[in-house]
Amino acid sequence: MIRTLLSGDLPRSRVLTCLLVAIFLCLALAPFLFPGTRSLDVAARVCVFILLVASYDLLLGYTGIVSFAHTMFFGIGGYGVAIAIARLEPSWSAVGVGAAAAILVSLALSFVIGLFSLRVKAIFFAMITLAVASFFAILASQLSGFTGGEDGITFRVPEALRVRLTAYYVVFGASLALFLALLRVVNSPFGRVLLAIRENEFRAEALGYRTVTYRTLANSLGALVATLAGVLYALWLRYTGPNTTLDFSIMIDILLMVVIGGMGTMYGAVIGATLFVVAQNYLQEAMKVLSGALKGVPLLPDLFHPDRWLLWLGVLFVISVYKFPTGIVGYLRRR
Amino acid sequence: MKAQRFDLVPLALLAAVTLGAAALIGTPSTWVTLTVAGLAMGLLIFIMASGLTLVFGLMDVMNFAHGVFIAVGAYVAASAMKAFGGGLAALAPAMLGAMLVAGALGLFFERVIIRPVYGQHLKQILITTGGLIVAEQLIHVVWGPDLLPLERPEALRGALLFGDVALERYRLAAVVVGLAIFAALLVVLNRTKLGLLIRAGVENGEMVEAMGYRIRRLFVGVFVVGSALAGLGGALWGMYQEAVTVHIGAQMMVLIFIVIIIGGLGSVTGCFVGALLVGLMANYVGYLSPKIALGSNILLMVIILLWRPRGLYPVGKA
Repeated sequence: MIRTLLSGDLPRSRVLTCLLVAIFLCLALAPFLFPGTRSLDVAARVCVFILLVASYDLLLGYTGIVSFAHTMFFGIGGYGVAIAIARLEPSWSAVGVGAAAAILVSLALSFVIGLFSLRVKAIFFAMITLAVASFFAILASQLSGFTGGEDGITFRVPEALRVRLTAYYVVFGASLALFLALLRVVNSPFGRVLLAIRENEFRAEALGYRTVTYRTLANSLGALVATLAGVLYALWLRYTGPNTTLDFSIMIDILLMVVIGGMGTMYGAVIGATLFVVAQNYLQEAMKVLSGALKGVPLLPDLFHPDRWLLWLGVLFVISVYKFPTGIVGYLRRR
Repeated sequence: MKAQRFDLVPLALLAAVTLGAAALIGTPSTWVTLTVAGLAMGLLIFIMASGLTLVFGLMDVMNFAHGVFIAVGAYVAASAMKAFGGGLAALAPAMLGAMLVAGALGLFFERVIIRPVYGQHLKQILITTGGLIVAEQLIHVVWGPDLLPLERPEALRGALLFGDVALERYRLAAVVVGLAIFAALLVVLNRTKLGLLIRAGVENGEMVEAMGYRIRRLFVGVFVVGSALAGLGGALWGMYQEAVTVHIGAQMMVLIFIVIIIGGLGSVTGCFVGALLVGLMANYVGYLSPKIALGSNILLMVIILLWRPRGLYPVGKA
């Protein structure tokens, strides 16, 4: 049963299994284990980001392509729902219309970008996606009549989602289902071809696989899931704006989560996203204490200033790329 | 290279854009002002981008943290201008300081961050992005998170009037500096032994090594000079905007990537023409319909890539 659910891709490490089970239980029982608005918010963010990071890992870890446009698709999902609800009414049908429109836009856009630039080198694709994504972010803040500009859109959600508990379980359930679906995809023959392309594109092509087709498909699939993650996030926050979806810093966050957690395995997304979101919310407090304790020492209090938490995760990121290219999950599995 | 005729078509495109804009804008005085602004912006982008494109051509390394050198240059210049009183005399130490610090940072970056990942594109992108995160945070630590004013010296403020054409002094100065650096780069690349080696390295690095030259050392030199130029460009750009934030580098990186893709990765001439195209487009479109200013550059890139998939001036490897 569990083997089927996980598509035969078991954690293969005792510590990793314990961690995953612990994370799953914490998320599943979050409203009861950690009462309070803030911790529930953190739990919902973890769910959405696990999904977002897993869909990014499909590109980076499984297919070996670096895209800087993942937040763009995340944003399209968020804006799709927000605009639909703001224009129509807070009902499930509006959510459906918004999500469907967002998915269509994402698929079309990712298809065009992929067709255009996946034929060439990884670097080229990275640069093109960076340019397109920043253009999209500017577009979203410029078309203020449509997107609310810098302020974004605050909207009312359907009746049922106004209870925080229901909303949380909708986010949790949808994230879990989509995550398992992604796990199914990467362990299918399709996923094997993606891995082959990552390892040796030339050889995969020689074996008769059209690498451009597979890469474009992977790119579109990643975009699709990112869009759905955006929909969930918007429904949870009841708000969509440039800072919660399109900002380049979120792209950087996703990269950090994938690499620290472990590229090329869906479980890396779980570990990475959980670690990162928890650090984002609670590391600052630890650093505040540390920074206070170091008062009087030159420079050190600044280095440990609560706003500098990203510095330390950045250092961890660089070390991970050099020393643990497979991230935490790879390290645990190797032991 | 002598045997090949210089490709004039991209220059014709540049002329066509300029003249087309003249027809659309109508009033000549506005057109002149916009053209000078576009040239100034384009040349500043060229100063920042030239190093990046050469580094890629020579060593197949793409540095996503190039924006850090821009930001550091701008911050050093802002500090120096403040320390030396902000007059015309402070300009020299500010610019030199920006170049020195950015160059030194470049040396460190090449040694520590990039050297272990030669030849691995995926890791290069990841590791340089990591370097970008850490460096941006360190800038916060050193200079604080707030916006830093970077004022122009008194002599460079205001505009010169020719009839009804107003030309900002600083923009004219930027055009002069940009053209001087382009000329210097061309002389070094085309008239010296060093330049010959660099061009040969871009064309076919293995062959240069086989002839007994250490392309590695050459590369470090180019990387450091490229970083220093990025620092200078950052300082000049910060002064153009009269303020510095930590995002200055990341903002410019998008334009820089567009420029070097348009120009053809590895080509200095292409980078020059691409930068002018982008700078002019940004100003013309910014005037004609401000909402799509950056979009126009993406559109420009798409059209040029449809026409020449490897950029305006494709280089050997690419």
